[in-house]
Amino acid sequence: MTGPVFLFVLAVLTVVLAPLVGGLLFGLDRKLTARLQGRVGPPLVQPFYDVLKLWHKEKIAVNRLHLVWAWAYLVLVIASLLLLVWQQDLLLLVFTLGFAAIALVMGSFSVRSPYSHFGGQRELMQLLAYEPVLLLTAVAVYFRTGTFLVSGILQQDRPLLFSLPLVFAALVIILTIKMRKSPFDLAACEHAHQELVRGIYTEYSGPYLALIQVAHWYELVLVLALIGLFWAHPWWAGVLLAVAAFFAELVVDNSTARVTWPVMLRLVWASCLTLVLANLAALYLIV
Amino acid sequence: MGLVTTARVKSPWIMHFDCGSCNGCDIEILACLTPLYDVERFGIINIGNPKHADVLVVTGAANRRNARVLRNLYEQMPEPKLVMAVGTCACSGGVFHQCPNILGGVDKVIPVNVYVPGCAARPEAIIDGVVLALQKLAGAA
Ligand code: SF4
Repeated sequence: MTGPVFLFVLAVLTVVLAPLVGGLLFGLDRKLTARLQGRVGPPLVQPFYDVLKLWHKEKIAVNRLHLVWAWAYLVLVIASLLLLVWQQDLLLLVFTLGFAAIALVMGSFSVRSPYSHFGGQRELMQLLAYEPVLLLTAVAVYFRTGTFLVSGILQQDRPLLFSLPLVFAALVIILTIKMRKSPFDLAACEHAHQELVRGIYTEYSGPYLALIQVAHWYELVLVLALIGLFWAHPWWAGVLLAVAAFFAELVVDNSTARVTWPVMLRLVWASCLTLVLANLAALYLIV
Repeated sequence: MGLVTTARVKSPWIMHFDCGSCNGCDIEILACLTPLYDVERFGIINIGNPKHADVLVVTGAANRRNARVLRNLYEQMPEPKLVMAVGTCACSGGVFHQCPNILGGVDKVIPVNVYVPGCAARPEAIIDGVVLALQKLAGAA
């Protein structure tokens, strides 16, 4: 079941289905957030309306490089998702995802708008906060399973969650940053409309903004799938785990305020690095 | 109505520009975003960036100083776009009519699609104006 044809079909299915799931999750997010705030909220398919509308707006480009980075972001996020569904190397996946974030930052730096630069700087700070934790997560998974390959993780009969509970907790904190949720929604966020916070998108308009939005959908599916990997057998347990993390994220988003970047760095490093290292130490001492 | 037109009608992102209003109309626009009126249920998002906006909502009368800014914002918005003048000031100059620095309504500077009169315009009237603007959008496409 791993012939090239099968892998190709799997890739096509992923590329087609992931944005549908991601878009619906974004719609659910907006709906639930509205309900939590005592509002009616937009329809569930609102993100699709938004993207379709943006896609058919006039194309205004600041410069060509700017657009190349937007495409690069989308392609790299899809590439990391494909690495996951093809059950490839977790470490490579983390680096590809990191490169995708860098593409977004490079895009924001390739124009002269100061807002765009602010956004880029803030995205870099977020990258600085979560990248070491993601790397250590991959290391912890290696420590537990003896392989970086996703296929190796899937062969485990005991869920990773049992031996890596603290790593999982760290990953959930990182999810807040990756989903651009309060309190760590420094660079961009769904619900705030200030120029500074959405700075990274300042110069993207119309179809290019739609591209980035679709890339966010893929990214959401990817990070939730990574969460689900912690309880891969049976598969529905993983899905439940991911869904639970998603809803927890919504509650946290609506009950916290945005922090400044030094606070974010301190909080994330102090909590996540401690969690991951403690888990590693425990594994080392017990095994 | 085609799929694209539906999407356009269902997702009008507005940008609010205060063209020297007394803040009365601005507060009413913000009131539309509160849970009581909740315009997000129509897909309306208040966005602070002309490059992302579909509807430019202007309050206050155009004057010699801000005419340039107003035109600049309008030109940065990608097509298709609409302009709503909210409040009597934005429609005609209102109480500031014939002041030496006032040009008059917003339509002296940029084309206006929908006029929402009232001093201040009530949130219901503003939402009504948006609905009217969307009908224009659906008709035009
Ligand atoms: S119309 Fe009235 S409330 Fe609105 S800006 Fe003018 S003076 Fe103020």
